[in-house]
Amino acid sequence: MPSLKELSKREERLSRGHRLCPGCGASVIVRQILLAAEDPVVLSCATGCLEVATTIYPYTAWKTPFIHCAFENSSATLSGVETAYRSLKKQDKIDKTIKFIAFGGDGGTYDIGLQALSGVLERGHNLLYVCYDNQAYMNTGIQRSSASPCGAATTTSPVGKVITEGKQEERKDLTEIVVAHGTPYVAQASPAFYNDLMKKVQKALSTEGPSFMNILSPCPRGWRYSDSQSIEIARLAVLTGVWPLYEVENGKYRITYRPRKKRRPLIDWIKSQGRFKHLLREENKAILDKLERSVRQREEKLLALAGEKGEAL
Amino acid sequence: MKEKGWKDIPLGGLILEAGNAERYKTGSWRTFRPIWDEEVCIQCLRCWIYCPDNSIVVREEKMVDINYDYCKGCGICSTECPVEAIKMMEEGECLAKKREGE
Amino acid sequence: MKKIVALTGDEVAAEAMRQINPDVVAAYPITPQTEIVQKFSEFVADGKVLTEMVRVESEHSAMSACVGATAAGARAMTATSANGLALMWEVCYIAASCRLPIVMVVVNRALSAPINIHCDHSDSMGTRDSGWIQLYSENCQEIYDNLIQAVKIAEDKNTLLPVMVTLDGFIISHAMERVELLGDKRVSDFIGKYENPHSLLDMENPVTYGPLDLFDYYFEHKRQQVEAMEKAVEAIRKVGKEFGELSARAYDLIEGYQLDDADFVTIALGSTAGTIKVVVDELREEGVKAGLLKIRAFRPFPAQEIIQALRKSKAVAVLDRSASFGAQGGPVFLEVRSALFQEEKKPPIVNYIYGLGGRDIGVKDIRGVYENLQRIAETQRLPDTIGYLGVRE
Repeated sequence: MPSLKELSKREERLSRGHRLCPGCGASVIVRQILLAAEDPVVLSCATGCLEVATTIYPYTAWKTPFIHCAFENSSATLSGVETAYRSLKKQDKIDKTIKFIAFGGDGGTYDIGLQALSGVLERGHNLLYVCYDNQAYMNTGIQRSSASPCGAATTTSPVGKVITEGKQEERKDLTEIVVAHGTPYVAQASPAFYNDLMKKVQKALSTEGPSFMNILSPCPRGWRYSDSQSIEIARLAVLTGVWPLYEVENGKYRITYRPRKKRRPLIDWIKSQGRFKHLLREENKAILDKLERSVRQREEKLLALAGEKGEAL
Repeated sequence: MKEKGWKDIPLGGLILEAGNAERYKTGSWRTFRPIWDEEVCIQCLRCWIYCPDNSIVVREEKMVDINYDYCKGCGICSTECPVEAIKMMEEGECLAKKREGE
Repeated sequence: MKKIVALTGDEVAAEAMRQINPDVVAAYPITPQTEIVQKFSEFVADGKVLTEMVRVESEHSAMSACVGATAAGARAMTATSANGLALMWEVCYIAASCRLPIVMVVVNRALSAPINIHCDHSDSMGTRDSGWIQLYSENCQEIYDNLIQAVKIAEDKNTLLPVMVTLDGFIISHAMERVELLGDKRVSDFIGKYENPHSLLDMENPVTYGPLDLFDYYFEHKRQQVEAMEKAVEAIRKVGKEFGELSARAYDLIEGYQLDDADFVTIALGSTAGTIKVVVDELREEGVKAGLLKIRAFRPFPAQEIIQALRKSKAVAVLDRSASFGAQGGPVFLEVRSALFQEEKKPPIVNYIYGLGGRDIGVKDIRGVYENLQRIAETQRLPDTIGYLGVRE
């Protein structure tokens, strides 16, 4: 992996002047991915914050070919582009190497886009799908998605007088759903750990067939914290075990970072964001415990799958 | 950009000028401005890799400036700097100081 | 080398696709389209086409993949029916708005519920506002001819709109008819190569497809589409003439059968036109000046051509094979009557909804229509309600 100094000499394919919020995790993620990708890339993007804020007509922040089709079909649309590339290459009408990256938020990937993603994974298209997971339908106003953690306050799972917990359901483990497809390369990443993220991007892009990365994308608006904390929160998620950094290569699990001494308690994660504020109340102890339990259980399962020892990451 | 009629724009909503979003200066969004102390800076470039708006100006592997045309003042650079070389100051105050100096 | 074969509508559609040899086909099965995709899959498996097939997991993904492929400079085709078309509805609008020349076969079938696999036009009529050019085929020869022309019409530089070519489900799709095929090379020479000047694979000129339009630009982009539909009239006519030079079968937006001096005219789309031709011949022998106006291109709607064709008629019946619930008649009737509204001299015009869910329409029913037209012309009185041909009261 090149050093930051070497990377700083590379062309930035997301221009300045995009209108993502100050401190938006997604913009950092996209920058890091495009810096890591060494080949020319064609991108697709689902409807959502990233797409809307970067392509307000007549402006586009993309310095690389880009297509937005609809909300649930970023993967299907790009699979058409990738197929066209294979077809034209087969007919000797194209000879350059081009890589394909589909973007989607958790909305367009976990929920409405799950079917199309599953189809693309099963068909084995040669593309990387990146889910920038900000854990709610942020662009339409912070509504809950199946990626929202239990206990999160969202606009469709608000903290009320009768339902005081916020979202009652546990979040879906999409990374594992993708692994279950037999996808050759699957990884979770965080923009706070840029080396880890960029290495994974390079591995994904050099994999033959489909690859998938689920990247935690902190959202100052939706998660209710000050803009300047986005990277710190992306770091805390990893240090508290909420968002483990791992990869699955042809079914083999590997945890790519274990916090060890830097480990932080879950309560630090809860306290860092306004969307969990109500969990500090006594009446909500049950849901806080549920969240803690689910984080613990996933960690244990991951440790076992990776053949590692110890109780916590 | 003066708005064009339907006969003068590309068909199908296509945007043919790659990266022309740079015409839109997001620096006007700021309420806080990062102030960089070059003396204290250790040139680790963490602010550069974490900046959502690519507004840390790096030339020949060294940070040289902050691009105030686009910097939205989120403060990530200041938070992430390991040596506190970047401090956030109120934009209003900075502009007032600049005007005083002129 | 001209070849005469006996093929069903689905089979001949697949044959046309084989000769067109698109770079990408993305399709999902649905009765009665299934034979098209199955037959085409055999061509792929036997190496008879260069096509890369995407066996998508839904029709929504089928159209999405076609959008991606054409945006990337490849020729892409798909096929569907009924609820499959309904499922891809939002992407159909996107395909037309992005000006992508996708060609799709729609094997006309009724929309659910209740679920019905037989022929009516509710599916393609449901997408009449989507911005797609729509060509209706009467028989197996026409589906073959229309598909080949569709590629050229779609890719015409002044059009750049996707084209939907229909054929009646089961009635044509599964019926074997005599068809004249053109030679492979004649077809490929006729359609030429697809060039997308703004391809996603052009790394030197990166393009953005599908941006966010606010209220300051959306209207202009839609106005461009209106213009494209108007230009499509010329493209359809031009390509129809060129095809005539190639095959000795020329095409236009409408087809008149014994229409020039007809007093009593029925307007219809699809296979029913064939049945009407039989009745027209019979009536002519009996001394009745009956005629048929078959609409081939429903979008763009050939208003001028229809006004011209009906200028001498005494009474007109429009047969709609789909209902538009809550409207003042079926979709074809509404357009025809609207086209005639401004004319000084316009014939009395009535509407019949027929054939929904595959309800058969025969010679007797059509004779009844012409008898009614004669009565209307005589009495100059229109019936109060729309007629429903063949429904049990």
